Amino acid sequence: MKIPYYPGCTLKTKAKNFERSSIAVAEMLGVELVELPKWNCCGVVHSLTSDDLIHHLAPIRNLVRVQEMNEEKLVEDEFRLVTLCSMCYNTLKRSNLRFIENYEEREKINSIMEREEDYKGNVKVVHFLEILRDIGYDKISDKIKKPLDKLKIAVYYGCNLLRPKEVGIDDPENPDILETLFESLGAEVTLFPYKKMCCGSYQTVLDKESVADLTYNILSNAKEHHAEIVVTSCPLCAFNLDNRQEIVRSKHSEFKAIPVVYFSQLMALAFGLNIEICGFDSNYISALPLLKKKGYLKNK
Amino acid sequence: MSKMIDLSKEADEFLKKIEELSGEKITSCIQCGICSGSCPMINEMDLTPAQIMLMTLLGQKEELLKSKSIWICASCYTCTVRCPRELDLSKVAEALRQVKLRLSIDRIDINKMDKADLEELPPIALVSAFRKFTG
Ligand code: SF4
Ligand code: SF4
Ligand code: SF4
Ligand code: SF4
Repeated sequence: MKIPYYPGCTLKTKAKNFERSSIAVAEMLGVELVELPKWNCCGVVHSLTSDDLIHHLAPIRNLVRVQEMNEEKLVEDEFRLVTLCSMCYNTLKRSNLRFIENYEEREKINSIMEREEDYKGNVKVVHFLEILRDIGYDKISDKIKKPLDKLKIAVYYGCNLLRPKEVGIDDPENPDILETLFESLGAEVTLFPYKKMCCGSYQTVLDKESVADLTYNILSNAKEHHAEIVVTSCPLCAFNLDNRQEIVRSKHSEFKAIPVVYFSQLMALAFGLNIEICGFDSNYISALPLLKKKGYLKNK
Repeated sequence: MSKMIDLSKEADEFLKKIEELSGEKITSCIQCGICSGSCPMINEMDLTPAQIMLMTLLGQKEELLKSKSIWICASCYTCTVRCPRELDLSKVAEALRQVKLRLSIDRIDINKMDKADLEELPPIALVSAFRKFTG
């Protein structure tokens, strides 16, 4: 099965390990993520004012690419567009909804995009986690070479996978899609009351200290419930929870670092994929000592 | 007996402008405070989310536009999914920011940013911050 795939800028730069491990995991499950031939940055954040149409052009342009891929037979009658980054997912999906629900704006947007073919409103933006759910967790379990049963994992949703309701991939207050995934990989998923709490997002640029405070609260909550590692699906959550531990440690000497990795990295490990594909060497706080201790890297 | 508050013309215009920009019916806020109680950024704020709603309702333009809170909101949509009146405060905060940004008053200047920070930050952080903090 071939599905159009939108990477976004961060997966091509600081989160290459997220992309590489996801593509490999998808392949193991018979899914080829076919990158859009020409894509542009979606703008990361959804434009929230009523009169600001111009910022919806970038997301919509990417959706036109999906139509083109179908016309050029790069994919076969496949109008789903998969993202890995939670923020790309949210932004593309919300612009798509606004376009579909708003007849007047539709016309306007299409007329502004002079050089593009019209967007017909027929693309469905999905997150890779939804594709995994559709494939079925029993099929995922079938691929396990190294069950994650020696790891206590906290799953972190953050905001953009869940909220607002109309774009959430799961119940915004009681999600369990990540828990179910990791249980099917054999892991012990710990209780994590702060799993939906915002990490401070883009405030990390203007005010890293207060983002570090949020990171401290969120990760302390995970550790109180005995988590040894945290998984996420967003390069911004990852940056805030992983890299900002540097500031956390300078403020709280008792705080012990905890690795924060992409869900696909641990999936790749469970599937027995090559350790380079898992990409554990590019997280800020390395998960390798933990994985070594638990016997996951024996032959290395 | 119901009480009415008369807004000055200016205050009323400001309320209307924010209602239009945000698309939210601010007058339907019941001041329950659920938004403030849900907000992860509350410790950094000078006005609580519920106060932002009330002051917008009263058209208190100056206080709102100089408050820190409108810039601190991280658009996490926690209040959005919890508000009993289905109000979206992230849109109200964005509308208030936009009033300033459209006067070319930016919150962030790339030239004044630390080089090491710029190198360390992923594109996703920089792009979103510039989208939120510049006009
Ligand atoms: S990584 Fe994800 S970003 Fe950059 S384009 Fe995204 S939000 Fe769009
Ligand atoms: S948790 Fe943080 S980066 Fe992740 S989706 Fe929320 S604000 Fe975004
Ligand atoms: S939760 Fe909604 S109704 Fe309650 S104070 Fe906040 S905005 Fe107003
Ligand atoms: S959207 Fe803004 S005001 Fe609402 S809870 Fe999040 S940070 Fe607070």
